[in-house]
Amino acid sequence: MIEVKNLSKSFGDTQILFDVSSKFEAGRVNLIIGASGQGKSVLTKCIVGLHEPDEGSVIYDGRDFSAMGRKDRIEVRKEIGMLFQGSALFDSMTVEENVSFPLKLFTKMSKEEIRDRANFCLKRVNIIDKNELLPAETSGGMQKRIAIARAIAMNPKYLFCDEPNSGLDPKTSILIDNLIKEITYEYNMTTIVITHDMNSVMEIGDHIIFINQGRNWWEGDNNEILRTENKEVVDFVYASSFMKNLRDKMINN
Amino acid sequence: MNLFEHIGRYFVMLKSVFARPEKWKDFSKRFFSEVNEIVIKSIPLVAFLSFFMGAVISLQTAANMSSPLLPDYTIGYITRQSTILEFSPTIISLIIAGKVGSNIASEIGTMRVTEQIDALEIMGVNSIGYLMLPKILATSIFFPFVIVISMVLSIVGGWVAGVQSGLYSTQVYVLGLRAFWATDQYYLYYALLKTIIFAFLITSIASYYGYYTKGGALEVGRSSTKAVVASSVAILLANYVLTQLILG
Repeated sequence: MIEVKNLSKSFGDTQILFDVSSKFEAGRVNLIIGASGQGKSVLTKCIVGLHEPDEGSVIYDGRDFSAMGRKDRIEVRKEIGMLFQGSALFDSMTVEENVSFPLKLFTKMSKEEIRDRANFCLKRVNIIDKNELLPAETSGGMQKRIAIARAIAMNPKYLFCDEPNSGLDPKTSILIDNLIKEITYEYNMTTIVITHDMNSVMEIGDHIIFINQGRNWWEGDNNEILRTENKEVVDFVYASSFMKNLRDKMINN
Repeated sequence: MNLFEHIGRYFVMLKSVFARPEKWKDFSKRFFSEVNEIVIKSIPLVAFLSFFMGAVISLQTAANMSSPLLPDYTIGYITRQSTILEFSPTIISLIIAGKVGSNIASEIGTMRVTEQIDALEIMGVNSIGYLMLPKILATSIFFPFVIVISMVLSIVGGWVAGVQSGLYSTQVYVLGLRAFWATDQYYLYYALLKTIIFAFLITSIASYYGYYTKGGALEVGRSSTKAVVASSVAILLANYVLTQLILG
């Protein structure tokens, strides 16, 4: 479980996050949603330590990450897998080298064991016979799946996904969503997903927090978000008339 | 950011550069890959420039030697001294700052804007040490060998140009090359010491500008330009300071 307590963050004179608190349970897909520029990515970067919060703390299973020194943080980070918005695959390495990269650096596994583990992770995300390709030679959806394979290679306890569906067609988006959901349940991971995709919200949102104006504006699950009367949430999630009609029909049924 | 903030952040960065690598086996692989990418691949350009610059130095020296009081072997002597003292260590380093510096800054800058550096950090890798140490060590250790190649080719260039155009004979040129060598050998060590420091400045400054790139493709280009300008200025300043300290 990851617990965020009273997190605040400013850049210069601009305050981005105001006293954000929440709990992200293990074995659930936790979604962070909100309009662009509201602080979702900053919140996630504060949680993983890429930004230092001005106030507040981040607790990983009882360990206060914010109060740790660099060495202890590195140990926690070895338990984190992250899928970046642009995949962030190392473009000088092949698909297999990307996935085996953390294994080579941080484990004492033999070459064969590393290869087997990399192949297992790639198979888990349905990537077969692409080991020798460079990331640039694969499609956007494939790159996301390779990045997921790399993120799960070290058997992480915590998985972060920054807009995993951005730039993908609806079919591939569903594939990625299902994959994140399956992996979370299978390995009992604490998964945090930043998303704009309303399909993801409805499909995989076990726990949803809505960030608005840098604050934790609303919290609930994918059933509660259907019935909420919170104006900002309704305006954001049901921005289109199609979604509004859909919501009315679902509530009436 | 002002200049002092840049200098401060540069020295803070250097502290992380010399941290223990995560795995020595992986480090040595990347080290030799950088030797190939940065040092070996620079040799053709350095060889070409050195040969023709040596030729020009000797021809210009010969053209300006109108006094009958100056012996002909002075041409070989001046070519050797110009090459060892200034041309090979400083001018070649400035050219390498353009070629290698822009390459390093854009490589690391692209990794920054595509979140590859964030990915390294999330995995628990010391991204500064991982990306920069192999480059800095590879250039600092092996760049002096490139400069020795440059010195030899520059002197050969001077010999070919002069002999081929009939300005002096091989014996006269070689006599000039050997003149006062017993006392002037010291200059060779001075030149190689300069080279090590210049190599360190080129790679560390270029890495610094690449690592702290913010934005997108445009900023990567800007970082690359800034890296070349800053490392060229640093080379010239270091050249003056080292010359003052060692020869002054």
